[in-house]
Amino acid sequence: MPSVTSVATAPALRVGLRGVGRSFPTDTGTSRVILQDVDLDVRPGEIVALLGPSGCGKSTLLRLISGLDQPGAGELQIDGAPVASVDQRCAVAFQEPRLLPWRSLEKNVELGLPRGTDRAEGSARVNELLSLVQLDHAAQLRPRQISGGMAQRASLARALARGPGVLLLDEPFGALDALTRLTMQDLLLNIHAAEPATIVLVTHDVDEALQLADRIVLLGTQEDHPGPSIRRILEVGKPRPRDRADPGIAILRAELLDLLGVETHHPENYITKAIKAQRAQRGS
Amino acid sequence: MAASPEYLTGDTVVRGGNAGPSADPQVTGEAASLVAGGRPRAGRRAGSRAVLGAIIPLALLALWWAASHLGWVPAFKLPTPESLVVAAIDLAQRGLLWEHIGISTQRVFLGFAIGAVVGLALGSLVGLSRLADGFLAATIGAARAVPSLAWVPLLILYLGFGEDSKVTLVAIGAVFPVYTTVAGALRHVDPHLVELGRAYGFHGVRLLFTVQLPAVIPAIVSGLRLALAQAWLFLVAAELLGSTMGLGFLLIESQNNGRIDRLFLAIIVLAILGKLSDALIGLLERALLTRWG
Repeated sequence: MPSVTSVATAPALRVGLRGVGRSFPTDTGTSRVILQDVDLDVRPGEIVALLGPSGCGKSTLLRLISGLDQPGAGELQIDGAPVASVDQRCAVAFQEPRLLPWRSLEKNVELGLPRGTDRAEGSARVNELLSLVQLDHAAQLRPRQISGGMAQRASLARALARGPGVLLLDEPFGALDALTRLTMQDLLLNIHAAEPATIVLVTHDVDEALQLADRIVLLGTQEDHPGPSIRRILEVGKPRPRDRADPGIAILRAELLDLLGVETHHPENYITKAIKAQRAQRGS
Repeated sequence: MAASPEYLTGDTVVRGGNAGPSADPQVTGEAASLVAGGRPRAGRRAGSRAVLGAIIPLALLALWWAASHLGWVPAFKLPTPESLVVAAIDLAQRGLLWEHIGISTQRVFLGFAIGAVVGLALGSLVGLSRLADGFLAATIGAARAVPSLAWVPLLILYLGFGEDSKVTLVAIGAVFPVYTTVAGALRHVDPHLVELGRAYGFHGVRLLFTVQLPAVIPAIVSGLRLALAQAWLFLVAAELLGSTMGLGFLLIESQNNGRIDRLFLAIIVLAILGKLSDALIGLLERALLTRWG
């Protein structure tokens, strides 16, 4: 294991959201509410999954935390200080790897290094990260020469090169095939063990959220709210790595899918009290 | 962060699932085909291309020879190919040919370099900034619409008959193709890559040189190609209308003295120089694409 260089990771940082809202103007002159009244505290080093159907504001929330977008209401803080425009305490990995096609993987990862990093230290750090995501054999390849999974790993390494206090992942494995996605989830947990940044992860994959997250934040619209907000926060409360066949996880999955309005075809005796209560509450 | 052995197994699955048998053999396979069979085949193809391309020039040369020797065209309108060679040797021995070629080439490359840099700067500005686009695009468009020869009297009045006016005219010719292609291409750089650059703290000139310009290298090169052709065009215009040296001067002087052989010589030398300088851009293109492509 390579020693940690002096360009070490920043300590994991706390993220706080108070009454955060965002709306976009429409062509007709009115405005469309994308997010409303979001209150959330993410503990340092925690993995939080933002889950919800398309268009529920997951990605918008992530962009707000990163400072790529500004909220219309409320305030966002990282480590107790307001989020700056394009906040450099965060690093973002997007759904598409977004590697620069004219640079080798090594040079792409180098792009993530904080400005003013010493040359030798930077290159040592890049090598360390490439071996962390198991791409040390591919450092000199161009993005078009590699598979989607490799590209996504390079994108993760680039985000880690920031030494981020908060790592923001926008459906990072959404475009990968099902098997690759599972291996990438394990890899992400390895990375989190090695570089324990706070992770906020957007996903529409219930299983992915259950496998990775300490807490799952379900976003969506509720009857009494005009815009999407937090519907539910679920504490997964299982140590990682998690057994993908864990019965406790299966119950949480049933609960989440039920909340998302997906028919799980579970037998009647499988429906837990929690789900029944959940349904009763929604019915009232 | 020691990777567990299970994980390495998983990695094989990752690559297997995505890119056929494995991504790496695919790459080495590509490299191997280049080494094994690619080069000689490419060489033969280039050779047969050269032969193919030589057919029409050789046929024209034969036709020219016949037309001049068999009296199809009177001698005052068409020199013989041999007389051209004689004229070239004569001018070369007196050092005049090199002088004309040298001064014309110098004007083209100076003007081209200045025009390309200005075109790149203006194109970047207009392509990236909505404000600059609104502010400058109409004016630059109007300046571009002025026919090249219309600048000549003005430039001579302001800058005199010396090198300045000619290099300036060539630069004017080179500016617009680079400006147009670069501004157009920069407007269409993948917004995802630009956002990525911003997310990693790049902005302004650093964003331009890290993400935006490398992304439009092919457009820049084709802009430079067009600009170089324009530069030669504007050079001849400048030299025809007021000079004491250069290939354009050789053209007009030969016409006035009835030296049809020198006139043809000047045209052929211009063709050769144009083609050679274009080949230089081709080399530049290959170097740029190896680095950035």
